[in-house]
Amino acid sequence: MSEQNCPLPLSYQHIVMAHGGGGRLMQQLLDDLIQPAFDNPLLKQKLDSAVLEIQAGKISFTTDSYVIKPLFFPGGDIGKLAVCGTLNDLAMSGARPLYLSCSLIIEEGFAIADLQKILASMQQTAAQAGVAIVTGDTKVVNKGQADGVYINTSGIGVIDSSIKINPQAVKTGDCILVNSDLGRHGMAVMLERDNLQFAHPLQSDCADLSGLVGELLAENIEIHCLRDLTRGGLAAALIEIAASAGLHFEINEAAIPINEHVQSACEVLGFDPLTIANEGAMALFVPESGVDDAFKVLSRHPLGKSARLIGKVVEKDQHGLVTLKNALGVSRVLDLFSGEQFPRIC
Amino acid sequence: MKYQQEFRDPKLAHQWIEAIRETSKQPWKIMEVCGGQTHSLLKHGIDQLLAGSVELIHGPGCPVCVTPIATIDNALAIAQQDNVIFCSFGDMLRVPGSESDLLSLKAQGADIRIVYSPMDALSLAQEHPQREVVFFGVGFETTAPATALTVYQARQLNLANFSLLCAHFRVPPIIDALLDAGDCEIQGFLGAGHVCTVMGYQEYLPLAEQYRTPIVITGFEPVDLLQGIHRTVQQLETKQYSVENQYARVVKPDGNRQARELINTVFTPVDAEWRGLGKVADSGLTLVEEFRPWNAEYRFSVKPAAQRQSMVCRSGEVLKGLIKPPACGEFGVNCTPDHPLGATMVSSEGACAAYYHYRKLPHV
Amino acid sequence: MCLATPGRIVQINKSNDPMNSKGLVNFAGISREISLAYVPEAQVGDYVIVHAGLALSLLDEHEARESLSAIQQLQTK
Repeated sequence: MSEQNCPLPLSYQHIVMAHGGGGRLMQQLLDDLIQPAFDNPLLKQKLDSAVLEIQAGKISFTTDSYVIKPLFFPGGDIGKLAVCGTLNDLAMSGARPLYLSCSLIIEEGFAIADLQKILASMQQTAAQAGVAIVTGDTKVVNKGQADGVYINTSGIGVIDSSIKINPQAVKTGDCILVNSDLGRHGMAVMLERDNLQFAHPLQSDCADLSGLVGELLAENIEIHCLRDLTRGGLAAALIEIAASAGLHFEINEAAIPINEHVQSACEVLGFDPLTIANEGAMALFVPESGVDDAFKVLSRHPLGKSARLIGKVVEKDQHGLVTLKNALGVSRVLDLFSGEQFPRIC
Repeated sequence: MKYQQEFRDPKLAHQWIEAIRETSKQPWKIMEVCGGQTHSLLKHGIDQLLAGSVELIHGPGCPVCVTPIATIDNALAIAQQDNVIFCSFGDMLRVPGSESDLLSLKAQGADIRIVYSPMDALSLAQEHPQREVVFFGVGFETTAPATALTVYQARQLNLANFSLLCAHFRVPPIIDALLDAGDCEIQGFLGAGHVCTVMGYQEYLPLAEQYRTPIVITGFEPVDLLQGIHRTVQQLETKQYSVENQYARVVKPDGNRQARELINTVFTPVDAEWRGLGKVADSGLTLVEEFRPWNAEYRFSVKPAAQRQSMVCRSGEVLKGLIKPPACGEFGVNCTPDHPLGATMVSSEGACAAYYHYRKLPHV
Repeated sequence: MCLATPGRIVQINKSNDPMNSKGLVNFAGISREISLAYVPEAQVGDYVIVHAGLALSLLDEHEARESLSAIQQLQTK
């Protein structure tokens, strides 16, 4: 095998076990593909761990693993998702993200061209957020032992010491806002994945929310709690916060912005849009006095243009309670669905 | 006209609620037969809005709920055979058989596919000629035309690797059985609009007459349901007992002729076991002799397993309209959507699960 | 039972065997190929009620309007 002047970034078109074997091929993968994709001085140091300068104050630290089928979906790919998801987790505690790690678990036989696309997408998303990918790891597993590629990212951010954003800070009287319409990520992916054969214009809402959160904080908007509406959608997020804060939220069903195509897909397949995952949507708990100012900031940001006030924190409730007031004026308890939703006929 | 949002208009719905309240002089007991109607009634809170004027009893119109354990066991037995691609509507995946469910088998490696349409299973059979593709045909007369079309086309295409595990139910015999039972407290019925879209409503005329009960064929949106209830109450108050069609924008008196013809070509009525309700004469559909090559029961020689059901589960009484789900001591305690004891907790439209999911506020 | 949704036919692919007739049906912005075997009279632009990938009936606009205005007739009685 020639080791010189290879026109391709790597001498193989597909990942082979040796790319994870610790030898020359693995070095080649790191030096020729991954390192250049994330190019930054910290990564170039090639230390076993990145050594980071952090200003005094509080650190926010999070990790998440990303598995998704298909890897490339309308509106994004697993790379963009893996960066946005972790940036959003940092942003939800009010942190300004600084550094990310990237661990790859790659299935033998995975196309290197696809890997390259995914890495480029990660770098682009991270760069837009002003974040560097400073450390990582790569493993290769036998064919059939993974589904293409799995990505784990961890993130570090810094928080101003005056900021306390968490469920315990939510108070009776707080207003509940969402920054955008709901359901686009979960439905776009589902319609692609399950051989459902629908033609649709849906795109995942996959986006980095840390910029928007940063602007809200920079404008001194008082925020008591933030939560991104990922798995389980709005319903799961609200139920979880209500339970941990011991409060009763009342949500006005008609005020919840649902994307019209998400709505029609839900009608046809028998899903509840409130339980569909989002990757660029969050709930914000804001004191009533700060709502107008919050909307001012939200409305001038691309990710906050369709923000809505959807409900209020009405009272204390020992076990936590979320009620949904429908268009006919009747309240019902919002409950978690049992596991996964499937397309249904009845 | 989009045929959907218009029928959800809150102002119009409240006008109908008012009309029902004015018409009803006593709390009439009305059964909505179809699980889809149950879902919609609870989601929109119509049962709460009509409290005092009408008591709604949730009927047995959910295939997930009434498909007997023996049939589920047959499905499980077929699904775990080598070389089988087992296709099902998403509804059936969590329905417990005697010892397992389709979702657990899938986790153990069985090739189980969720399809939106039975026609997709037929396509799978064409794409995988070396595999046995089985479609689990559950549901009522609404769904029967879809499964009938698959076996009809399988024969046209000479598709030998496709078969149907048929578990279809018919609505009129069960209404007959409910009314015929001595303990029935139901005074009027909302007929299942989509079943009648296929079958029409001629079969219901003798039932309304014989049992002196109004049957109003009803749609699924709030305004539909309220209109259907209003017409039922109006009949009850004026002591009339006839079949009316609230859902005329979809349902024709004779239903869909082509669909009925194909159902009659492919299927024949058969005595069927309903989970929680027992055996009801002519209440099921089975493939006629001519289509035996596409009958999965024959192809895989599955035998009905012995009936097993939780002894404490009162889903039979729920399905008969004798009790509401919370009256069962197990409801919400040992029986939840995560751990269903009976069929009515399994489907999100089963009376118990719908009650659990949309349960009323304890303190309102 | 019986989740069925109204959609508008945007394209019809006729077949020699009417049981094989299919069309593209649009459900408020998402669309799918649907069997039109049971609605041979359907035309492009018609609304159909669809269950499990099959059109089961054409929607009748006149009846829909009657239904929506029935409350007025009730109130003027």
